Amino acid sequence: MSILVGISLLALLAVAALALVRLRNLFAVAMMAGIYSLLSASLFVVMDAVDVAFTEAAVGAGISTILMLAAMSLVGHEAKPRTRPAILPLFVVLITGAALVYGTLDVPPYGNADNPVHQHVAPHYIQESGHEIGVPNIVTSVLASYRGYDTMGETAVVFTAAVAVLLLMASGPKRREEEAEPITEEERDG
Amino acid sequence: MDDRVILRVGAKILTPYILLFALYVQFHGDFGPGGGFQAGVIFAAGFVLYGLIYGLENVREVLPPSVVQFCAAFGVALFAGVGVVTMLLGANFLEYGVLAHDPEHGQHYGILLVELGVLITVFGVMVAIFYSFAGRREFRE
Repeated sequence: MSILVGISLLALLAVAALALVRLRNLFAVAMMAGIYSLLSASLFVVMDAVDVAFTEAAVGAGISTILMLAAMSLVGHEAKPRTRPAILPLFVVLITGAALVYGTLDVPPYGNADNPVHQHVAPHYIQESGHEIGVPNIVTSVLASYRGYDTMGETAVVFTAAVAVLLLMASGPKRREEEAEPITEEERDG
Repeated sequence: MDDRVILRVGAKILTPYILLFALYVQFHGDFGPGGGFQAGVIFAAGFVLYGLIYGLENVREVLPPSVVQFCAAFGVALFAGVGVVTMLLGANFLEYGVLAHDPEHGQHYGILLVELGVLITVFGVMVAIFYSFAGRREFRE
């Protein structure tokens, strides 16, 4: 049953990805990207990774879609029509895809208990976190305690993103406000 | 958007529950799926919804941009600060066990504090990014 669900979700993901490539209306693109994220989240639920699914649904399908829509209000609703076929991007995508498929040949079977990932620190986390940390959700124990340093780095990355956006977006209007001149049509376009 | 009664009333009813749900996700992270990242995004979504329906000016009055930017920085500082405190108490960086007499309680305090730091930063960052995009549009129009 879970194989059937997995295959259906992956097929829907492929359909959403193709639709994303074909669509030229950016509003539809933003919505389709949200649907893509929601499908990924469902896939993570099928794989029993509920914490990851939760994050994907909240960040990917939720707030990213809002931010895309907010960005779209600056750049307009239609993508520019493509004048010539994009050979180089297609080439790059095909090479990358082929490399990834080649990489999966060496990946151990999904869910196998003998996989290296289940032999290293995972048994310790599963057996010891109950009395070492005392938190029922092992994901929280790993994220906040065993791997706390990583999580601090992630938080710093999120903070850096805000700094970058504020530097890029906030500087323009402020300078113009200081000049206190009404914007003419030319300035706005140029 | 003065004429869209359903949206206005709906947003007003939903906003407190979205914020409450974010806090549930935050504090239930020890027992089920959830934690600072998800809770921060959901908490931000409550304010973004309010801003979308009632306008940027109103939500900026409730939550000034300076507060949002302070939040974005404060969360990281809180997270790193917990690590510095554990170092001052003689343990390794982010080794929460020394925060209380019982190491298990120390772990609980540590996790609570760093998850709070993650929540505050993610919330501040998401709202700050929303403000900067939406604010620019308002200015151009």
